[in-house]
Amino acid sequence: MAHSPLAQFTIKPLMPLEIAGYDVAFTQSAAWMLVAVVCATLLMTLSVRSKAMVPGRWQNVSEMLYELVFGIVKGNLHGEAKKYFPLIFSLFMIVLMGNLLGMIPYSFTFTSHIIVTATLALFVFIFATGLGIYKHGLHFFSFFLPAGIPWWLAPFIVIIEVISYLSRPLSLSVRLFANMTAGHTMLKVFAGFSVMLIAVTFGAVLSILPLIINVALVGLELMIAFIQAYVFAVLSCMYLKDAIELH
Amino acid sequence: MDPQAAKYIGAGLAVIPLLGVGLGLGTLFASIITVMGRNPSMADAVKGSGFMYFAFIEAIALFALLVAMLLLFVV
Repeated sequence: MAHSPLAQFTIKPLMPLEIAGYDVAFTQSAAWMLVAVVCATLLMTLSVRSKAMVPGRWQNVSEMLYELVFGIVKGNLHGEAKKYFPLIFSLFMIVLMGNLLGMIPYSFTFTSHIIVTATLALFVFIFATGLGIYKHGLHFFSFFLPAGIPWWLAPFIVIIEVISYLSRPLSLSVRLFANMTAGHTMLKVFAGFSVMLIAVTFGAVLSILPLIINVALVGLELMIAFIQAYVFAVLSCMYLKDAIELH
Repeated sequence: MDPQAAKYIGAGLAVIPLLGVGLGLGTLFASIITVMGRNPSMADAVKGSGFMYFAFIEAIALFALLVAMLLLFVV
């Protein structure tokens, strides 16, 4: 399994620890999550320390990220945007940092594990559902029956709406996890082609071809890393909007 | 049938959705190019949302790939 393209996703404990029979070792996945949090915090605090009127390079980066996410939240939640902005921005930054740090060679992409993305997605889902029930009480369940539906169609619509509502955390988590897993597997598969080609005649020359493709793929992966964080933020916002406005 | 063979055939069948994904991406980028050609001033707005929907369509391809990989390596 040493050269399998999936070997990169194995979780290795850095500090074994067992509490009450449960394995709660400090793994490299947890270590990279801490790195992501530290990187995001340092980026957002150090870069705006100078508070320059004309922003420098780093301040520009943090201002662009802030304005991008604020634009999403403002577009969906309008008046209540400021209340929910910290939640969406934190989600965006942790996903973005996880995706981008995973692109560093020999690092670990914690967003390529479904348990991580499912936790984030369930957090958003439970928060949005709770918010809807808190704001509207039992009236929240009218969300599953759009207005103006003929009575004989109503039972089917309710079933379809409930299923589509319950599949939201699934699609939200699987989208991010599958993108990261597939992308990193693809990079390793093409790197494997380079190694395999060396064995054949003129292999040393030919093995440059997969390497060139790999360079292009790294660019694509960087784009996807950013787009997926953006999509995660947009969808979280849309779920919150549904809970607040009920259609 | 040999279960191993059935596994590989299933993995092959699981990536049939790529047909739809190809059609979808083709339609998406064709409309983006049409809009950019007709109204270049809209190019930035169209590109922004276009790449977001590219991610949505691509996710379907990855779901199919995920099923294929589950069949090959996990089941």
